[in-house]
Amino acid sequence: MDKRAIKRTVSRIVNEILERNKGASDLVIIGVRTRGVHLAERILKLIKKLEGVEPPLGTLDITLYRDDLRRKTEWPKVKKTEIKFSVEDKVVILVDDVIYTGRTTRAALEEIMDFGRPSSVQLAVLVDRGHRELPIQPDYAGCTIDTLSTEKVRVHLMENDGNDEVTVLGG
Amino acid sequence: MNFNRRHILGLEELSAEEITLILDTAESMKEVSERDVKKVPALRGVTVCNLFYEPSTRTRSSFEIAEKRLSADVLNFTLSHSSVLKGETLLDTARNLEAMGASVIVIRHPMSGAPWLLAKELDSSIINAGDGSHEHPSQALLDLFTIREIKGGIEGLKVLIVGDILHSRVARSNIWGLLKLGAEVRAAGPPTLIPPYIENINVKTYYNLEDAINGVDVVIMLRIQMERQDSEFFPSLREYARFYGLRREKLKLAAKDVIVMHPGPINRGIELSSDIADDASSVMLDQVSNGIAVRMAMFYLVASGGGNS
Amino acid sequence: MSILIKGGRVINPSEGIDKVTNVLIEDGVIKSLPRTASEFEKDPDTQVINARGKIVSPGFIDIHVHLREPGFEHKETIRSGCDSAAAGGFTTIVCMPNTNPVNDNASVTEYILLKARTEGKVNVFPIGAITKGEEGESLAQIGEMYEAGCVGVSDDGMPVMNSKVMRHAMEYVKAFGIPVISHAEDKNLSGNGVMNEGEVSTRLGLEGIPCASEDVMVSRDINVAELTGAHLHICHVSSEASVRLIRAAKQRSVRVTAEVTPHHFTLTDKAVDSYDTNAKINPPLRSEADRKACIEGLKDGTIDVIATDHAPHSEDEKKVEFNLAHFGIVELETALPLSLKLVEDGVLTLNQMISKLTDAPSSILNLNRGTIKKGAPADVVIFDPKKKVKIDRETFHSKSKNTPFHGWELKGEINYTIVNGRVVYSA
Repeated sequence: MDKRAIKRTVSRIVNEILERNKGASDLVIIGVRTRGVHLAERILKLIKKLEGVEPPLGTLDITLYRDDLRRKTEWPKVKKTEIKFSVEDKVVILVDDVIYTGRTTRAALEEIMDFGRPSSVQLAVLVDRGHRELPIQPDYAGCTIDTLSTEKVRVHLMENDGNDEVTVLGG
Repeated sequence: MNFNRRHILGLEELSAEEITLILDTAESMKEVSERDVKKVPALRGVTVCNLFYEPSTRTRSSFEIAEKRLSADVLNFTLSHSSVLKGETLLDTARNLEAMGASVIVIRHPMSGAPWLLAKELDSSIINAGDGSHEHPSQALLDLFTIREIKGGIEGLKVLIVGDILHSRVARSNIWGLLKLGAEVRAAGPPTLIPPYIENINVKTYYNLEDAINGVDVVIMLRIQMERQDSEFFPSLREYARFYGLRREKLKLAAKDVIVMHPGPINRGIELSSDIADDASSVMLDQVSNGIAVRMAMFYLVASGGGNS
Repeated sequence: MSILIKGGRVINPSEGIDKVTNVLIEDGVIKSLPRTASEFEKDPDTQVINARGKIVSPGFIDIHVHLREPGFEHKETIRSGCDSAAAGGFTTIVCMPNTNPVNDNASVTEYILLKARTEGKVNVFPIGAITKGEEGESLAQIGEMYEAGCVGVSDDGMPVMNSKVMRHAMEYVKAFGIPVISHAEDKNLSGNGVMNEGEVSTRLGLEGIPCASEDVMVSRDINVAELTGAHLHICHVSSEASVRLIRAAKQRSVRVTAEVTPHHFTLTDKAVDSYDTNAKINPPLRSEADRKACIEGLKDGTIDVIATDHAPHSEDEKKVEFNLAHFGIVELETALPLSLKLVEDGVLTLNQMISKLTDAPSSILNLNRGTIKKGAPADVVIFDPKKKVKIDRETFHSKSKNTPFHGWELKGEINYTIVNGRVVYSA
C-alpha cells in the first residue's frame, strides 16, 4: 500500500465505524503501541472532521500482558499505558497496525478489561496478514493479504517512520 | 538496551544507563498503580520470597505490594537473626526456599555482603533489600526517581547527605546513584560518623552543616540509628541536634526550591525540626508510591535478565 | 637406611653453601656432602634421589602454625597438619596454643607431643600460652610447659592487653631462655572490625581494623621488651608503621624479631572485594603501601622470617556472612610458590628466601635445625623453583581448603620432603 491507499483505507474504516455504531457517541479509541497509536490519532481526527465530536483517545502498552514474556531472552522495554478515562459501558475501538497471530489483541483485551467493563470492543487494523493462532478477528480491516510466515509485513507511518507505506518483505 | 543482570545487589556495580533504565521502567509501572485494577500479569507463576532478617514494615510491604501487582506468588519469611544463629545458616535457609520454588529472593540482612553470598551460591535471582551498612538499592532508586520527578533530572544537582553516614546503607547507595547520574554529592555529619576515605569516592565532606548546605538543591537527612550504633560516636542527642539537626534558618542557606528528604521514620526535633518534618513528610508520601513503582521495575528487569525459571 | 641426593643445587644459607653437589643421609642425620656420587650409588641399601636441576635445601621451618588439636579436629588434626606441612616442604612446624583446651599447662603440651610423635610425619614443637586460658590475666604454667617441650610462649589469637601482665611474662621467661611471641592487636581499636580500615571497607560497609590497632601494641611490646630485656618476637606483621617501629628498635639493639606471612606480602585489602571470606584474616590484608613496607622489611632484615600462620577452618565456617566467617588462611601448601615470587621479583635472592624459611626461624626458637651440615638431623627438602603449578585447593592435604589463592598460577613444586632421614612426601 502506498500513501494514498492508506489514506483511502483509513477513511473507509472510519466510515464503517461510524455506520456500525450510528455515530461517535459512546465511542472511545485506544491505540496499541506503537503504530496503532498513530493510526488511532488519524481515525480520531477524521471522526472529528466528519461528526464534529472528539471521542477520548488512549494508548495501550501491552508488554506486561504478553503471553510470551517468559520465553524471551530479552524483555522488551515497557512503555506507558495512558487511559485517562473510563471504559465502563463504552464502545472501545481498539486500533493496531497489523493483526497476525492475534496474541497482541488478546493481551490488549486482557489489559482493557483491567480498566473496566466496556459494552463492546471492536478491533480495527490496517493490515490483516492471516496466520491466526487464536480465535480473534478484526471488525474493521484495511486490507487482507496472504503472507507466508517467513515473510515480514512492514508498516511505515509518517509520524513514526517518515513516510506512509505498507510492504511485504520476502522470507 | 537490555538489562542483563540476574541480581540487583547494589548501585555501585550498575552503570548510569542501567540505573536510568530502571527509573524509566518505573515510570510505566507507576501508571499501573494509578488504575482501578492495580495488577498486571507479567510475573504470573513466579514465586518471590521476601527473606527479611531484620524487622521492617515499610520496605517489606512495599516489596510485597510490588510483587503482587506483577501477579507473582509471594512467600514471606521474617526471622529474628538471633533465633537463626541458633539454628539454620543463611545458605541453608535460602536453599530451602529455592527448593520450594522461589526463583527470586528479596533479602534484607543485618550483615554487609549477605546478598553476595546468596548470589554466589544459589540459582535464584537475588534482590538486596538492605545489607548491613552496605547498600539499599531500592531505597536509593526511589530517592533518585523522586528527585528526578520533582527536579526534572539529576545531572548537575547539588545533593547533601546529612547524618550517620558511617552506618548507613541508604547513604552509600544514594552516593553511587547520584554520582553516576551526574550530581555533586556532599556529606555532612560529626567526624566520628563519616566513613574514612570517603573523599576517594568523590564525596566532599563537611563537619559544619551551614557550610555544607550552602546552595544545595536536595538535602537527604539520615536517621540516627539507635538500634545500630554504640552511641559512643557523639556525646548526646542534644548535641547532635544542635549541630546537625536541620532548622529553618539553616535551610535558608540552601537553594531556593530545595527539597528535603528523609528515608523515614523521622526522629522529629532531632534530625529535622517539626515544621521541616511536615514538608519532608509530603515528599515522603510521594516516595511511598514511587517505591512500589521502582520495586516493580526491579522485578521486571531482573526477571528479564534470566531470572525466570 | 641411607639416602643419596644426587646432583642438586645444594643451598645451605647457615653455612654459606650454594653449589651443585651431593648429600648423603644416614641413620637420620646428614652424613656428608660428597663431591662424587659414584661410590654411594652402588650400595643397594642406599636410596638414590636424582636432584638434577632441582634445589636441595634444609627442610622449611614454619614457626607459626595452627594445628587445631585438641578441640577443633574438624578443621585440622596434628596428623593432617603434618601431612600438609610435608606437602609444602616443611620439615618442622611450631604450633600455637589456642586449642581447646588451651595449651597452658604441661598435660596439654604432652598430649600434643605424643600425638605428634605417633601420628605426625614432621617435627612438631609446641608454643605454650602466656596466660591461663589465653585470657590475659594470670601467667600460665610457663616453666612446666618449657620442661615438657614448649619452645616459646604466646597467646596468639589474642593480645595480652594488660601491660603489667606482659611485663611479668617477659621477665619470667628469661629464666627459661625462650621468647615471648606477641600477637599485637589493641582490641579496643580493632573492635568488631573484620577487615582493614580503608577505602575498601568504606565501600563494602564493613567495620574496619585500623593499622593503629597493631602499631599501638607493637610499640607497647617493644617498650616492655626494652624494659625487661626479654626476647620479643612479633607475629604476622602487616602494617608499615609496625615495620618502622621494629626497624628502629633493632637499631637500638632491642632483642626483637619479627615474621611476615606470604598472604601479607602478596595480597592487599582489595582481595576482600567481593566479600571473599577466604581473604578474611587477622591481622587483615592491608593497603598496597603496607604490603610494600613488609616486603621492604624482608629485604633489609627488619623482618627475620617468613611464617605462614596456617589457620585452617572448615567450609561451614567460611561459607557464611562475612561478619560471621572465621579469620584465617591455610598456607603450608602455598608458602613456597608465593615466597618464590619474591625471588622472581628481585626482592630476595633464592638464598635469602631459603634462609628466611630455614636457619632464621630455627635460631629464633633455638631449634637447632634448618641446616644441612654434617651431623645435623636430616631434614631436607628438594624442590623445583621453575616448575609451573596451578594452586588447586582440592588437592590440599590439609583438612581445610580456605585459601584465597585457588586457581593462581605460580612457580615452585616440592619434589621430596625428608624428615629425620625418612622421605615423608614425594610428588
